[in-house]
Amino acid sequence: MPTPSRYWREIPQRYRLEAAKCKNCGYVAFPPRLVCPRCQSRAFETIILSDAGKIVTYTIIRVPPQPFSDQAPYAVGIVELDDGVRLTGQIVDCAFEELQIGKRVKIEFRKVSEEGEAGVIYYGYKFVPA
Amino acid sequence: MEGIIGYGASIPRNRIKVEEIAKVWGADAPSYKKGLLVEEKSVPSPDQDTITMSVEASKSALKRAGINPKEIGAVYIGSESHPYAVKPSGTVLAEAIGATPEVHTADLEFACKAGTEGMFIAFGLVKAGLIKYGLAVGADTSQGAPGDALEYTAAAGAAAYLFGREKVVAEVLETYSYTTDTPDFWRREYQYYPQHGGRFTGDPAYFKHITGAARGIMEKSGLKPADFQYIIFHQPNGKFPFRAGEILGFAKKQIEPGWLVNKLGNTYSGSSPLGLTATLDISKPGDLVLIVSYGSGAGSDAFILKVTDRINEVRELAPKTRELLDKNRNYLEYGTYAKFRHKIRKAE
Repeated sequence: MPTPSRYWREIPQRYRLEAAKCKNCGYVAFPPRLVCPRCQSRAFETIILSDAGKIVTYTIIRVPPQPFSDQAPYAVGIVELDDGVRLTGQIVDCAFEELQIGKRVKIEFRKVSEEGEAGVIYYGYKFVPA
Repeated sequence: MEGIIGYGASIPRNRIKVEEIAKVWGADAPSYKKGLLVEEKSVPSPDQDTITMSVEASKSALKRAGINPKEIGAVYIGSESHPYAVKPSGTVLAEAIGATPEVHTADLEFACKAGTEGMFIAFGLVKAGLIKYGLAVGADTSQGAPGDALEYTAAAGAAAYLFGREKVVAEVLETYSYTTDTPDFWRREYQYYPQHGGRFTGDPAYFKHITGAARGIMEKSGLKPADFQYIIFHQPNGKFPFRAGEILGFAKKQIEPGWLVNKLGNTYSGSSPLGLTATLDISKPGDLVLIVSYGSGAGSDAFILKVTDRINEVRELAPKTRELLDKNRNYLEYGTYAKFRHKIRKAE
């Protein structure tokens, strides 16, 4: 379970898909890094990742961690966005039998989890059929 | 001239039919369907709320407007189902679209009229020259008490409007508001479900304010019903907007394009704004459009819009409202619906 402060730090990534692109070699880091793992440059520019892509692989979670217990069973997948970056996330609004490797999906803004009935609500990206 | 520069809609894919609700409460589905002119309603998924739908609708509005979100000076969400009692919805939206930190944000609440309230304020600020662009959203995930007549219609959806001075899609020619203190529908603090005055919600509430605002804006502008291509009234059920049209002298064909309630239900703050997105989707340059919202408590906001040539350039840039309504529907049983809407009491 994230804390409100950790969630808050990740808002640019979770809400807007902000990534860091190395100005020297073009490596895209998501979440952003301070040092490029490829060329060790420290010069990055902020870019916004593509909001669509295709499923690389997926699985169905039937025994979920506690914050997601009401949602089981649900699909989690790795999606390669059109700019080549791969993200892990829930795939929703899609019947399991329609899940397929290579299927086009797009990103939607959804509730990801919440700290019970009284706590902070965590928002972020999920994938839905394109 | 100032007006709408972008618009967008968000409708959850889940639906529940009137028959499925009536079955549980021993009610007569055909008489509800005939009485309300509603067949089914939208239901949000557990991971959708007023904020998430506002973000999706706003992203579509931004795609149509093609502006830099950093230049948006105001972000307003009108809703009676803000996810937090204390903590703004608008900050999440402003952050998600990249409008922060130089932006004025507020959450509005006025039963089903909160969406057009935001439109009124955002347009006013643009017209006054205080901001370059203003974003207003009407969104709700409304709840009716189980077994109550409202349960057959209380639905979920959002519509977003960006206002600006250049590249206008629909000019705002006139605005008008009509407000009195009328206790026809309310929800007290800490209460989960709203209460309403039954038939009192009709003549002294909905019809008085809708017709008052429609007559007022037509008198102010010197226009008559026949001058408008389309008219959108608030749609708490299927019958009310047609009856309001009859009283005022509007034809069915002027109302039907923006009449979504039979398949969507009442999306409260999203209701007339979503009717307007569906209408803009099919309107032509030069069309005059009248929208009149209604919020219990009670009041109506009215706008006269004139569609510009630009509509043809932006229409296809984001999903159309009727497509969202008709495609990819997922029908729920009452049990799943009750779980999704947190109507089932669980252990602490």
